[in-house]
Amino acid sequence: MSQQGGAQQRLLPNQEIVTQSSPLSFQRLQLRGLNLALERAFGMTTKSMIQEVQDSGIVGRGGAAFPAGLKWLSVNEAAGHSKYVVMNADESEPGTFKDRVLLELDPLLPLAGLAMAAHGVGAHKAYVYLRGEYRHLFSPIQQAWELLERAMPQVLVPLEVRLGAGAYIAGEETALFNSIEGKRPEPRLKPPFPTVQGLFLQPTLIHNVETLANIALLFRDGADRFRAYGSTATPGTKLVSISGRVNRPGVYEVPFGIPLLEILEGVDTAQGMQGGQHLQAVLLGGAAGSFLTAAEVGEATYDYPDLRRYGASIGSGALVVFGQSDVLPEVAQTLAQFFAEESCGQCVPCRIGTVRIKEMLEQFSLSEKQSDLRDLAQTMRDASICGLGQSATTALISLLDRPVLWNWGL
Amino acid sequence: METGDFRQLTIDGEVCRVAAGTPLKDACLLAGKEIPTLCWHERLTPASTCRACVVELEGSRTLVSACSRLVEEGMVVHTDSPRVLHARRGIAELLLSVVEDAQVPELQELVQSTGADVAHFRFGATLAQPTRDDNDLYIRDYSQCILCYRCVEACGEDAQNTFAIHVAGRGFGAHIDTGFDRSLVDSDCVFCGNCVQVCPTGALMDKTEWTLRQTGEWDESCIQVSETTCSYCGVGCALDLHVLNQRIVKVTSPYSHPVTQGMLCVKGRYGYEYVQRPDTSSVHSSAP
Repeated sequence: MSQQGGAQQRLLPNQEIVTQSSPLSFQRLQLRGLNLALERAFGMTTKSMIQEVQDSGIVGRGGAAFPAGLKWLSVNEAAGHSKYVVMNADESEPGTFKDRVLLELDPLLPLAGLAMAAHGVGAHKAYVYLRGEYRHLFSPIQQAWELLERAMPQVLVPLEVRLGAGAYIAGEETALFNSIEGKRPEPRLKPPFPTVQGLFLQPTLIHNVETLANIALLFRDGADRFRAYGSTATPGTKLVSISGRVNRPGVYEVPFGIPLLEILEGVDTAQGMQGGQHLQAVLLGGAAGSFLTAAEVGEATYDYPDLRRYGASIGSGALVVFGQSDVLPEVAQTLAQFFAEESCGQCVPCRIGTVRIKEMLEQFSLSEKQSDLRDLAQTMRDASICGLGQSATTALISLLDRPVLWNWGL
Repeated sequence: METGDFRQLTIDGEVCRVAAGTPLKDACLLAGKEIPTLCWHERLTPASTCRACVVELEGSRTLVSACSRLVEEGMVVHTDSPRVLHARRGIAELLLSVVEDAQVPELQELVQSTGADVAHFRFGATLAQPTRDDNDLYIRDYSQCILCYRCVEACGEDAQNTFAIHVAGRGFGAHIDTGFDRSLVDSDCVFCGNCVQVCPTGALMDKTEWTLRQTGEWDESCIQVSETTCSYCGVGCALDLHVLNQRIVKVTSPYSHPVTQGMLCVKGRYGYEYVQRPDTSSVHSSAP
C-alpha cells in the first residue's frame, strides 16, 4: 500500500523529512516546525487561539465536517469543574485507513495538535481513544507525548491512551465517552452535546486525528498560509484512503476542490484503473457514504458544496473504487452485514432495521424489495438515536437512486 | 421570548407556554396531544430506545424523542406529520417482526393509530427462545422482550441499585444478561421483583402469575385488590394484594405512594405465602 502524499503535501511528512528523521525524534519535531508551532500556540491567549481556528475554516475530518472553531468556542464558554480534550483515533470506517498512516508516519503532528487544543480550551486532561486493532500505535503515541512534554516542559496536561475493544460504534463520540468511563459504548441522546456535557459529563473537545493534525499545521503556519491550500469553501488538504480497483491504492493528500477524477488518475495518487478495467462507481465516504457513477465521478469536484449536488459527502475520506466487473448489489449486501453486526442494539430502528435490511438484500433482489427498502430506510434515518442507524442505509439508497449501477434489465 | 422559567413553543400550530425543564411529551399532553410511548415509564429515566415517541422538530435533521427532549424557546413541533406517522408505523412493524403475539396494550395502540401492517417485516430472525424458569419467584421469557431497558434501570440507579442485569451483546443479538448468562440464582439478583414490576411485555412475570396463566386459571376480571401496609419492617410500604379465589397471587405497590414509589423489596413483593399457610396453633405458640 502506498503512503505518499500528492503534489500539495502538508499533513504527511515529505520524503526528505522521512529519510532525515525518525518519527519519534526532536529532529522530526524541528524539521516539521512543531517546536516553534507549540511555542507560538502556548504563547497565545485562549481568545486569539479560538479566533485563529475560526479564521482557518477547518472543519472536522472525521466525517461530520463540523466547524472546529465553533466547537472550541462552545467548550471554552461551557461551565464545568473540569474540561477534557479527546483525540478520536477509533478509525473503523470500512475503506478508511488514513489516521493509521498518519499516526504511523508522524505521530508528533496530531499529538501536538492535541496539546494545543488542550491549551486552547483550558482542558485539564487529554485522552486518545485508539482503535483496538491499532495497538501497535499505543506505545508510539505515549512516546510522542513524552517527547512533546520534554520540548514544552511544565505546560502539557496529562495524557491517557485508551484502547478500544473492537466496536465500530465506539467511534461515535458519545459512545466513546461511555467507553472511556468504563460503560457499554452506547451513544447518548443529544442534546446535551459533548462541548457542554461530554466525558464524565464535563465540557469536552473531541476531534478526529486528522483534524488535530490540521490544528498543529494551523498554529505553525497561521490562518492565511493555512488557507492557501484547498478551496474557498473548504480550506486545507484532505487525506484520502483509496482502495479497490486502482493501480496504486493508498493514502494520499489532496487539496479540497480537486476534480474527483484527478484523485483516481493522478500520477501522484492512485494512477488510474487496474488492468484495463473500466470505472463503474466509487463509494465515497465509507460504508455510510454514497455511490457515484463513473459519469458523476467524471464531473464532480472533491469538496462539500459540489458533492452535495449528488447527495454525497466526503465523509471520512474513503474512496472505494469499483470496476465494471464488480457486482454492486453484492457490495450493498456486505455493507448491510457490516451495519447489522456493528449496531449497538440500543434503539429499535437500528437494532431490528439493520438486520431486516440485511435479510431483504440476502433473500430478494433489489427491484423486488425496492419500496420496502426505501420505506424502512426512511424510518431508520428519521428515528434512530445516532449516526450509525441514521446513515446505515445511505449507500444503499444512493445505489437504488442510480439504476444504471444495478438494474441491468433497463 | 424566553421569560423567567417558562418556554414558549408551538405544537401543531398551537402556541404553548410551559415550565422550563418540561419534556416535550408532557408539553404535548398539555396541548392536548398524547404521544405514544413504549419504553418510557413514569418512575424511570427516559431511555428513549423504542423511538415510538418521535416528533418532528423544525430545524432538526432527524425526528426527536419527545420523552427525553426538553422544551426550548421557540421550538416548532409537529406530532402527527407524515414523517412522524411513517416512523411510528415502521417502529411498530419492526417490533412485531420480532416479538410474536405481543399483548402489550401500548404496542397494539401504536399499530391501530399508525395503520401498521403486522406482517410487513416478518420474513427473518425472531427472538423465539425457551422461557427461562430458573427460580421460584419469576420467569424470564425473552422472546417477548422489546429491550426497553426498563428492567435494567429499575435494577440499577433508578430504584434498586443492585446492578444485577445489563444489556449484553450487540445489534440484533443485544439482550438482557445477568453477567455471563448465569442463572438468576447465581447472579447478583436480590429478587426484589422491581424489574418484573416495570416490564411492559410480560417478558418478566411472577412465577405464580405465569403458572396460573399456563393452566388457564389466571382471570384478570376476577382479581380483587386489597390495600394494606407491609408488616415486615418499619418503613411502611404500601402493598396492593392481588387476590384470586381467596389466594394472594401477586403483590404490587402504587407508583403514587410516597414511600415505595411503586418499588418493593423481596419480602414485600414475594414474602406473602405465610399469610395463606394453614393456621395451626403450633405456629403461633412457637413465636418468641
